Amino acid sequence: MSAWLTATVVAAEMAIPDGRLLTLDVPGWDGSLPGQHLDLRLTAEDGYQAVRSYSMASYGPAGHVQLAVDRLPDGEVSPYLVEELMPGDQFEVKGPIGRYFVWRTMQSEPVQLVAGGSGVVPLMAMIRAHDDSESAAPFRMLYSVRSPEHAYYAGELATRVGERFRLDWVYTGRTPNGWPRPPGRIDREIVEELIIAPGERPTVYVCGATGFVEAVASLLVELGHDPLRIKTERYGGA
Amino acid sequence: MAVISRGFGSRRRGSNPDLPPGQYLTTDFPVLSAGPTPEIDRAEWQFVIRDETGTRHEWSWDAMMALPVEDVHTDIHCVTRWSKLGTTWRGVALDTLFAEVETSYDYAMIHSYGGYTTNVPLADLLDGQAWIAFEFDGEPLVPEHGGPARLLLPHLYFWKSAKWVRGIVMHSDDDPGFWEQNGYHTYGDPWKEQRYGDS
Ligand SMILES: Cc1cc2nc3c(=O)[nH]c(=O)nc-3n(C[C@H](O)[C@H](O)[C@H](O)COP(=O)(O)OP(=O)(O)OC[C@H]3O[C@@H](n4cnc5c(N)ncnc54)[C@H](O)[C@@H]3O)c2cc1C
Repeated sequence: MSAWLTATVVAAEMAIPDGRLLTLDVPGWDGSLPGQHLDLRLTAEDGYQAVRSYSMASYGPAGHVQLAVDRLPDGEVSPYLVEELMPGDQFEVKGPIGRYFVWRTMQSEPVQLVAGGSGVVPLMAMIRAHDDSESAAPFRMLYSVRSPEHAYYAGELATRVGERFRLDWVYTGRTPNGWPRPPGRIDREIVEELIIAPGERPTVYVCGATGFVEAVASLLVELGHDPLRIKTERYGGA
Repeated sequence: MAVISRGFGSRRRGSNPDLPPGQYLTTDFPVLSAGPTPEIDRAEWQFVIRDETGTRHEWSWDAMMALPVEDVHTDIHCVTRWSKLGTTWRGVALDTLFAEVETSYDYAMIHSYGGYTTNVPLADLLDGQAWIAFEFDGEPLVPEHGGPARLLLPHLYFWKSAKWVRGIVMHSDDDPGFWEQNGYHTYGDPWKEQRYGDS
């Protein structure tokens, strides 16, 4: 496995009320597959260190690495990344990590993505890779967010929607005006209506906080999806 | 020398000598799995050890419960960096199960309901180091955490403690299991920080 590499923050922008996008310059970075994550290490003046994992929205051979980080109010690392870090600041990264929760361009089956909050990050890399490729595989994403303001990549996602990529939203706290469905979590009815049917044998990628992933994955299995075609990435938390 | 991150460190957690390098303490019990949580009926549950002659040593749920059960107090360390200290489990020692298995093979492939596998040297399963655990914190093990039964192998990173365990196949070589093929270290000693394999 590769060594720790120095990452320099090129850009840091608030993207949602309590989360931000970080763009990193990492000399020596070998690139990554869509869906992979890295380990991020912070070192304090006195040598104290903390490491956390973050998925990458970027993919491909080289170039800048892109992360999106939610601020957890009681967290140790995420409040620093979201509130204090500035362009020019440095930390270390190691990776890419994980060869299971990835999408490869040679996969030809339909793909259903299910994102909860910042769980969209590795799925964004898959959407970009799919859009940039000649792949004819149909892609569809169900993106669950607290409110319209809490969606990462809303603008870019809208431009990527088309014949090969369909996007559906679920709002858990507040919907846009005139939205047909009241706010609420992904339930059986939503899965039946907005997720590629098991009969089409999709590969389903589910990513987000652990509770979200558990709930969605068990609904999928109940509704007849093959457990071996459901790939999950759990971020932690309840 | 590591690069310093300006202004980092004000919210640090206290350091703890019981924690392997790069781990932090949690009081929750987070979940790491690659797919959905399977539901397994105890009436159909079965545990099988298969040796190099193809002989199958089988235990039903009731047969497993009839074996001597041990209380285990141990720390657990997940590759995703959380550790939990002083956890309490109950289960059957692998020594008890292997007492009736004759094998000259040195490696074990652990198999789970749902199709996942992980590889472990046989020596790491014996001498009071490993159990088939079916109780956590005085309660039956819930499916999210591997119930009805999981392997408990606390001296290695916790992905080796296979959830929903259903059997062991003896191997002559240290062939990589599911997690090890997908980026994790072949052995996984937390004190040596053996998290990831070569990729
Ligand atoms: C493979 C992987 C990829 C990840 N990718 C991302 C990503 O792209 N963006 C991102 O923002 N985070 C991601 N995470 C989560 C991230 O690693 C950290 O756990 C998170 O930033 C919290 O760190 P912290 O130090 O602020 O909180 P800590 O101090 O570690 O934890 C504070 C409290 O929050 C709880 N907690 C931890 N994680 C979560 C969570 N996700 N939701 C709710 N509660 C939680 C903890 O159990 C604890 O009680 C990923 C995690 C994994 C394992």
